Amino acid sequence: MNGLTFHRKIEENTGLLIFGILFVSAIGGLVQLLPVLTQESLETASANTRPYSAVELTGRDIYMRENCVVCHSQQVRPLVAEVERYGPYSRAGEFVYDRPFLWGSKRTGPDLHRIGGKYSDDWHRLHLLDPRAVVPNSIMPAYPWLDERQASDTGDITNKLTVLRRLGHPYTDEQVANAEADLEGLTEMDALIVYLQMLGTGFSEEDAAMAGGAH
Amino acid sequence: MQAADNKIYQDKIVIRLIQFSVVWAVIAIGAGVYIAAELVWPTIDFGQYWLSFGRLRPVHTNGVIFGFGVSALMATGFYSVQRTSHVPLFAPRLAWFVCYAWQLIVLLGALSLLAGWNTTKEYAELEWPFDIAIAIVWICFGVVFFGTIAQRKIKPIYISNWFYGALIIVIAMLHVVNSLALPVSIDKSYSAYAGAQDAVVQWWYGHNAVGFLLTGGFLGMVYYFLPKIAGRPIWSYRLSVVAFWAFVYAYIWAGPHHLHYNAIPEWVQSLGVIMSVILLAPSWATLVNGVMTVSTAWEKLRTDPALKFIVLSLAFYGLATFEGPMMAIRSVNVVSHFTDWTVGHVHSGALGWNAMITYGTFYFLVPRLAGRELHSTRLANIHFWLAFSGTMLYIIAMWAAGVSQGLLWLSIDGLGELSFDFKDIMASMTPYYLLRLIAGLVFLLGTVLMAYNLFMTLKGQRSVKVTPPAVDPAYGVNA
Repeated sequence: MNGLTFHRKIEENTGLLIFGILFVSAIGGLVQLLPVLTQESLETASANTRPYSAVELTGRDIYMRENCVVCHSQQVRPLVAEVERYGPYSRAGEFVYDRPFLWGSKRTGPDLHRIGGKYSDDWHRLHLLDPRAVVPNSIMPAYPWLDERQASDTGDITNKLTVLRRLGHPYTDEQVANAEADLEGLTEMDALIVYLQMLGTGFSEEDAAMAGGAH
Repeated sequence: MQAADNKIYQDKIVIRLIQFSVVWAVIAIGAGVYIAAELVWPTIDFGQYWLSFGRLRPVHTNGVIFGFGVSALMATGFYSVQRTSHVPLFAPRLAWFVCYAWQLIVLLGALSLLAGWNTTKEYAELEWPFDIAIAIVWICFGVVFFGTIAQRKIKPIYISNWFYGALIIVIAMLHVVNSLALPVSIDKSYSAYAGAQDAVVQWWYGHNAVGFLLTGGFLGMVYYFLPKIAGRPIWSYRLSVVAFWAFVYAYIWAGPHHLHYNAIPEWVQSLGVIMSVILLAPSWATLVNGVMTVSTAWEKLRTDPALKFIVLSLAFYGLATFEGPMMAIRSVNVVSHFTDWTVGHVHSGALGWNAMITYGTFYFLVPRLAGRELHSTRLANIHFWLAFSGTMLYIIAMWAAGVSQGLLWLSIDGLGELSFDFKDIMASMTPYYLLRLIAGLVFLLGTVLMAYNLFMTLKGQRSVKVTPPAVDPAYGVNA
């Protein structure tokens, strides 16, 4: 029986064709995904990485809602120019509480993974309200509505922490109980800035030393 | 009447899906042109959140892929599966449900994106209620499609149906796995995967949504409509068998090339490179098969705008499937990643390949479905040149922008200091972004001309009733 005769069996049988496609297309995914989804080191937090606080998480959800990720990556590649420009390159352990990941695929604006602490809160506020007031040639949109909305309007924060706890993020009962109070009096702008200021701070020298030893 | 209807091909649904597809093309390409303009004049969102770049961008991508692309695939899939099976659609009511439910998902999905419901996973931005709806409608699509094949009167299942079938099966698998999440509220969920693992799952999905929808699905269109329009049988049956299975096997591995030098295991990246390069073989096997099929019918290019579009789409298909593996190689990717080169690559595929082949197929199909000549061949020829020049200008602008971004970002002077500030590199992009805007406008204008041309062709016409032809008993089944 040559190949084409064998193939005739598949192309004359709907069930065989469906099964064949499912089987052949699943192989690659299984070989790549299963090891990655069970690799413990990819789920182990870096020494300084902790779950997002109620305010940071709210800021992150605003970052997602406005889709900042389509223009800003959060992934410093291990290249001389990138480390020089942005700071230490990104480690997998820094992202274990990122659901979803926000690494991005495009840098219309700069990478933001190490943005935390580089600019003042006031700079960020001014920049988000009118980017061209601080960066004359900027092509970033302005986000005036963030100042007019309360952080608590973003969604049910208690429920968010509960859901994330169910997914394995180690929040304490106290953190969940105080979540709503944490957002009180803050605008969406405040929450977003708190998030931006903590970005990239999960990095630890310990990780750097480990990576250094490997090279 | 009911009995007679059961014997004719279901073509009204094909016409309706083509109409939806063209409407989505105009809306989604229009949204693309608008956000292209925002990158030149950033204040034209007028401080309105729903006009903001971040919210409009997924409306553009989802509108093109799921509105324009999937509607076109459903239309051409339903048309060709009936012809190649010699039976009308299985469960026509379910087919109509699929048609309208899908449009509702894309429409409400676009509105939800403007409202800020966004998972941020590229090409899977819609939130969990939509994910569930998509899964249900998609399964119904599969039932109609495979049900029609199961009832066929002709023994072999034609090649185009393998590709449409792969589209339905693999997209279902990718969609379900990648969309797993725990809901918080109607508009918000958290991914079942975190960090690096989420990244690998997402690009397994993202790359293969391109692979099995924008490549595989549209290859189904090639295998049915190219031989039809050229009036020649497919050049090599053997090559199409090999190319199909190699394609289904190899494409799935290539996702990690979207994550080079990112924080994922290196072996996953390397595997992604190897399989991406291997992928060139099945991709070009189909290209060879397509070009050889038209090779004795070149003279038709002079008179038939539909064939012109399809032959040009094959050229862009060849370009994009060569460029892709090249960009998957680490030393090229180090320059191209995160730049506008990627955007250019996507558009050489989306404009040059997906849109052109769809336009060509529509120019062929609509006159047949309406039972009269195309309203204006001259307008179709003008559209051809607008589409071609718009696509070329778009790609060239984005190549220039992307390569300069990539090299300028990496540039270091003799003292080891960065040569350029990010802000200055960003500001130097404006001329390219302006060119891209013009390119998009030219392409949009062509699409609007087509919409008018097809509308005039269909105006006042009822669909032609076509009955399945008699089947040669040597190839018949289920008789």
